[in-house]
Amino acid sequence: MKSVIDIRDLSTQDIEKLLNTALDIIADPGKYAQKCRGKKLATLFFEPSTRTRLSFEAAMYELGGNVLGVSEAQSSSASKGESVADTVQVVSCYADIIAMRHPKEGAPLVAAMNASVPVINAGDGGHNHPTQTLADLLTIWREKGRLDDLVIGLCGDLKFGRTVHSLIAAMSRYRNVKFVLISPEELRLPGYIRKDVMEKNGIVYEETTDLVDAMPALDVLYMTRVQKERFFNEADYVRLKDSYILTPEKLKNARNDMCIMHPLPRVNEISVAVDKDPRAAYFRQVLNGKYMRMALIMKLLGVN
Amino acid sequence: MVIDAISNGIVLDHIRAGRSMELYHILNLDKLQCSVAVLKNVTSKKMGRKDIIKIDEIIDLNFDVLGYVDPGITVSIVRDGKLDRKFSVELPERVTNVIRCRNPRCITSTEQELPHIFKLTDREKRVYRCIYCESRAKGGD
Repeated sequence: MKSVIDIRDLSTQDIEKLLNTALDIIADPGKYAQKCRGKKLATLFFEPSTRTRLSFEAAMYELGGNVLGVSEAQSSSASKGESVADTVQVVSCYADIIAMRHPKEGAPLVAAMNASVPVINAGDGGHNHPTQTLADLLTIWREKGRLDDLVIGLCGDLKFGRTVHSLIAAMSRYRNVKFVLISPEELRLPGYIRKDVMEKNGIVYEETTDLVDAMPALDVLYMTRVQKERFFNEADYVRLKDSYILTPEKLKNARNDMCIMHPLPRVNEISVAVDKDPRAAYFRQVLNGKYMRMALIMKLLGVN
Repeated sequence: MVIDAISNGIVLDHIRAGRSMELYHILNLDKLQCSVAVLKNVTSKKMGRKDIIKIDEIIDLNFDVLGYVDPGITVSIVRDGKLDRKFSVELPERVTNVIRCRNPRCITSTEQELPHIFKLTDREKRVYRCIYCESRAKGGD
């Protein structure tokens, strides 16, 4: 395998190996400190995403490698009209691996088709973000100790939330995973994901608009942001927004070992008061993202 | 109505009635110098009504385009007055520059020289999706 553009580019075995590598890095980071010595990661970020870029850069530095890159389109030749294909052919001359974020859907695939080095999709518009899904998988594994036999609640914007779509695609491979889809009517999971991914794979799911009602059954609660601009009128947004804000009160009936996740950045969909709850795993999720990016960089560079 | 038999050429038969002019344009048959006959609403035992196109020359045809627009078309290639090859076209796995991606967020919307490539993701429902952004286009309909 050369590039990772979509979580579906990774087989279940690939994911298992990445998880094992990440767990080994966590157990003994010193063993990996020089694994990518002499290698260079180019971070091509054509739209701002400080968090993801820093995670990739930290991952490469912790492997002993170096990083070069652009952090906004204005400072790159893309602002002069250079194509993605040309950009990555040039960057392939300087770097051993590329992490690309781009506002246009499919740009990292174009990059992978033209680069002579591996390309990792670090987010293409609202389309794919496979390393976020890898972070989510490692988080579930570390928090719950398994990826099967789980009831996963997905809450908020299930229509446009790419992280939710990728997580469903990834988790659908595991045995006895049930989803509870919690969203306002306007932001329900798209029909093609329910039919083509879930029903096709025999995945059990239920849909509800009530977060509190759904809470007691959940092993994992994955929160996403309900954005104002997704609604046709402000009145609907105002009416619904508080229903999908997680507070300590709403967690009263949750299991003691439930794990709360969020892809971040958070705006107000999880009350800051929840942060102290030991079940809040979203900052640990960020750290897990770095470990999985380290594992993925090593895999794509062929480093053992 | 009588159309002469062709001695060297291609017959596209079993075209769904009403689709022949669309094919005529997509296949750029208007650019040919040879005779081209377009027969519309021909009586057919199998289909009720069908269209037929006869091309009086053996040319390179993009069979993927044919399959995408109307799977089930029968292609007959005639050489020296004899049937040389006859086959049905099928839905192609992938089509290049036949459908255009309409998603304004797709990379093809800003990079004009990229080929518009769609792959078949559901044969039964004839669903094609853009390889870049996965937006859906529907085969032929």
